[in-house]
Amino acid sequence: MKKFKIAFLLLAAGLITAFNTIKPAGYEIGSIATDFSLKNVDNKMVSLKDYKEAKGFIVIFTCNHCPYAVAYEDRIIDLDKKYKKLGYPVIAINPNNPEKQKDDSFDKMKVRAKEKGFTFPYLFDDGQKIYPQYGATKTPHVYVLQKTDKGNVVKYIGAIDDNHSDETAVEQKYVQNAVDALLKNQDVKVKTTKAIGCSIKA
Amino acid sequence: MPTIKYCVVFIVIHFFITVEGFSQNKPLKVYEKNGIALNSYNFEGLQSFLNQKNDTLYVINFWATWCVPCVKELPYFEKLNQKYKNEKFKMILVSLDFPKMIESRVIPFIINKNLQAEIVVLNDPDANSWIEKVAKEWTGAIPATVIYRNDKRKFYEQSFTEEELETQIISFMN
Repeated sequence: MKKFKIAFLLLAAGLITAFNTIKPAGYEIGSIATDFSLKNVDNKMVSLKDYKEAKGFIVIFTCNHCPYAVAYEDRIIDLDKKYKKLGYPVIAINPNNPEKQKDDSFDKMKVRAKEKGFTFPYLFDDGQKIYPQYGATKTPHVYVLQKTDKGNVVKYIGAIDDNHSDETAVEQKYVQNAVDALLKNQDVKVKTTKAIGCSIKA
Repeated sequence: MPTIKYCVVFIVIHFFITVEGFSQNKPLKVYEKNGIALNSYNFEGLQSFLNQKNDTLYVINFWATWCVPCVKELPYFEKLNQKYKNEKFKMILVSLDFPKMIESRVIPFIINKNLQAEIVVLNDPDANSWIEKVAKEWTGAIPATVIYRNDKRKFYEQSFTEEELETQIISFMN
């Protein structure tokens, strides 16, 4: 009987482990986001801890090739221009594997950053190691982080706004609303949203 | 006089054909080019494609011409549509291409790939309002596919091989 019990416990433990591995990894609101050291288009390594003065970050997984990402490029530049000086710089990360998506190679990232005049770091997730920790599934995919004593806390996950195709028709500026609230020490009202995007090619 | 009679019969038949099935949804716009007509819908218009209860097996795939993995799997969808289309089976390929690309890219793509399955365009930029109505677990990445028959339903945020897709389709047939 005891043997059965042990066998059962082992089985249960196995199942729990199995379910844990199946469950998609990734951050929820309140998670502490990992820092990283990723190469920027200027060949320098960038980490969140380098930003001593920052109050938080607008981390955006984005890329060159995806039309949704391209549709948002100007708006991402605007976000950076507006919020960098308020303590929330944009950190853009390309999560795609260039072997699967040639247009997202590091060299092409440099070209795109120059063409568009990116004002923010555009980092390459070499080996595709960082995006799974965040739980990003597509580009663009935004994580707004707030710097605290415990680390960088995830405060918003999702879309930039509610209209990818027409900036003038936007009604909800999700990221701006989230950062504005954090700057006023208020609770972020809309904490998660969803948008269509290009699946990340690992 | 008989001409009028035929006319009336024709109109009545035409009316029933149009009303039957999905045509009840009024498209936002119909794109026509090179003999192809494509209906575009907002999500409200699309929704009835996702909620039919008529014993027919529906395969609804969300794709776009710019989405590499979507384009890669489309031939498998097309092939299986050809295989099962004479059964209680309906495939709808929902293009998420931007409106300005429909005539310049999507219609030429359909002609070039000789796609026979029904294709519609979804034009509803406020995706946050409708993604979870397609499937609670959908993060918004494409390709994505819904297979359903009456109340049995499965959602796939993934790419398929031909075998994988057929296995899933068959699992709904019994």
